[in-house]
Amino acid sequence: MKIHEFQAKEILRQAGVPVPAGMVARTPEEAAAAFKQLGGSVALVKAQIHAGGRGKGTIKEHPSQRGVQVVRSAEEAAAVAGRILGHALVTLQTGPEGRVVHQVLVEAGCEIARELYLGIVLDRSRQAPVLMVSSEGGVNIEEVAAQTPEKIFKEWFHPDGGLRPYQARKLAVKLQLRGASLAHAERFMCGLCRVFVSQDCSLLEVNPLVVTSRGELLALDAKLNFDDNAAFRHPERANLRDLAEEEPSEVRAAEAGLSYVKLDGNIGCLVNGAGLAMSTMDLIKLHGGEPANFLDVGGGANAEQVTEAFRILLADGNVRAVLVNIFGGIMRCTTIAQALIEAYRMVGFNVPLVVRLEGTEVEEARRMLAESELDIISASDLTDAARKVVAAAQQAP
Amino acid sequence: MSILVNRDTRVICQGITGRVGQFHTKGCLEYGTKIVGGVTPGKGGETVLGLPVFDTVAEARAQTGADATMIFVPPPFAADAILEAVDAGIRVIIAITEGVPALDMARVYPIVRASQSVLIGPNCPGVITPGECKIGIMPGYIHKPGRVGVISRSGTLTYEAVWQLSSLGLGQSTCVGLGGDPIVGMSFVDLLEMFQADEGTDAVLLIGEIGGTAEEKAAAYIQAHMTKPVAAFIAGRTAPPGKRMGHAGAIISGGKGTAAEKIAALQQAGIEVAESPADMGAAVQRALAGRRG
Repeated sequence: MKIHEFQAKEILRQAGVPVPAGMVARTPEEAAAAFKQLGGSVALVKAQIHAGGRGKGTIKEHPSQRGVQVVRSAEEAAAVAGRILGHALVTLQTGPEGRVVHQVLVEAGCEIARELYLGIVLDRSRQAPVLMVSSEGGVNIEEVAAQTPEKIFKEWFHPDGGLRPYQARKLAVKLQLRGASLAHAERFMCGLCRVFVSQDCSLLEVNPLVVTSRGELLALDAKLNFDDNAAFRHPERANLRDLAEEEPSEVRAAEAGLSYVKLDGNIGCLVNGAGLAMSTMDLIKLHGGEPANFLDVGGGANAEQVTEAFRILLADGNVRAVLVNIFGGIMRCTTIAQALIEAYRMVGFNVPLVVRLEGTEVEEARRMLAESELDIISASDLTDAARKVVAAAQQAP
Repeated sequence: MSILVNRDTRVICQGITGRVGQFHTKGCLEYGTKIVGGVTPGKGGETVLGLPVFDTVAEARAQTGADATMIFVPPPFAADAILEAVDAGIRVIIAITEGVPALDMARVYPIVRASQSVLIGPNCPGVITPGECKIGIMPGYIHKPGRVGVISRSGTLTYEAVWQLSSLGLGQSTCVGLGGDPIVGMSFVDLLEMFQADEGTDAVLLIGEIGGTAEEKAAAYIQAHMTKPVAAFIAGRTAPPGKRMGHAGAIISGGKGTAAEKIAALQQAGIEVAESPADMGAAVQRALAGRRG
């Protein structure tokens, strides 16, 4: 789960990690009031969407307007907010349609001496969280990692022990943070690692991490993703969720207990198991088709879930054909066949449906589908299924 | 011969009184697995499926001589269940539970590694030595006893692979589902080492997916240490970066962990890589035909 920058900063502030003073505005008037209340001569107006690349992104209706802008008066704050709010911001991560901005963060400006990078993720190869820092702040860290990996420094820590102060000092010195800044860096880094653990994050990124002209550290930006598996420990998270930022079909699927990711192709897929679902997408592509989605109905899907899955697939206007690929293990093929027949009758199919079933009670299931007299194209194996669905999608109007 | 489990393995189920735990315990019993009891705190003294239920793993082990456990405990309590099994000295710990917080596994992992126990999972289908012992949720009947070892990060995709192998007359020595989470107990390399040493295994099928670098490490290990033929398949060639594909582990981030990188590493190590998921069984056949030495 992702949250907005202003929400991430509020979490950091409560944990004692320094962030700039700021206020959320949902109208130009609120933006002007926020500028006055912050009391400085300079502020930043920052569009709040979940996608990154906002500073370089542009507003669709006002191509000269960026997603982040410096303002020097309440009037200017209102004008900029007016051009951003309610409009789509297009960044490298949003796709060409962009994402509509519903709120901006108005933030006090600060005097920046240096821009650094700081990120915390789970390092799968070391089975532990890792704190990464770099002197190359404010840029795309993936590029730094690829081109100048020697400029990234890392320290691993145990979730319960946390980052040890000496580890923070080691990193700080590598970033040339000495004198008073050393103590600031120690508190800042240890605090962030505590947030990563206490909030069950999967990612915590501060880019740029700013060193002010007075040698203090400040999180100028903050990105925070949560581990969904730990949601049961954090009931308060429900309030942080912004459904407007999520793909509606993915929200709907999640509510039905389905794992669904929308893609850009025209072949809808319904599969049981994540690995098989990914492979089914690969197979479609291998045979010249484009998957419209990833959809895993799980190991124990029932008729209602399968029906809902079909509704979600068919609601995608791009879908020209649907492939059902089920390997019945614990789930019997007859259960799926029954659900297919019911769903087909309830939902009403307007595109070709290719079905490949294998596994427990498959003979009986195939007989059921044949006797249903529904317009189903049955496939004998994976390759046959892929060929038939790709052909069906290409022939579709 | 086989690895990890065989006809003599004595198994308990942690979470045996739950609906799912009980359902799969029954399936394992029917397959012929020596299930000797179960554990559910507070339900000690009860009987489920004719098996004694204990309050603690330590008691269960003392009373039944169990050396393996199958964990179905819900996610909030799964890490504790794994640690309890380690503490009780259970040799093989198989955690089926899906949805364990990643940081819980970061807490558990070093403790398991420092112990004499091995951990498979979590979020995995389990381990099966066909005809002898099934610990997990996989459909037993698709497996055939034989000499191909299978290691996978996926569930139903593994069933698909096993189905292809069995249809081609290639039985399996042992099939292991490692689990789909970012942090899991045993790795490809751990299992490759065991299959290389196992006299009952002639070849290995490795089924990987996007995310992490476990497949790259496996490729390096195979090149340096394996004399037995290995075939592989990597799921997720078409997955878009940054999107989670069902498995928490299956995220490509920062340009690392793509299918292309993994396939390249495996091919450079001389491994037969199946182009299509329909070709996994045949890839093992080709690997066996071109076997080294």
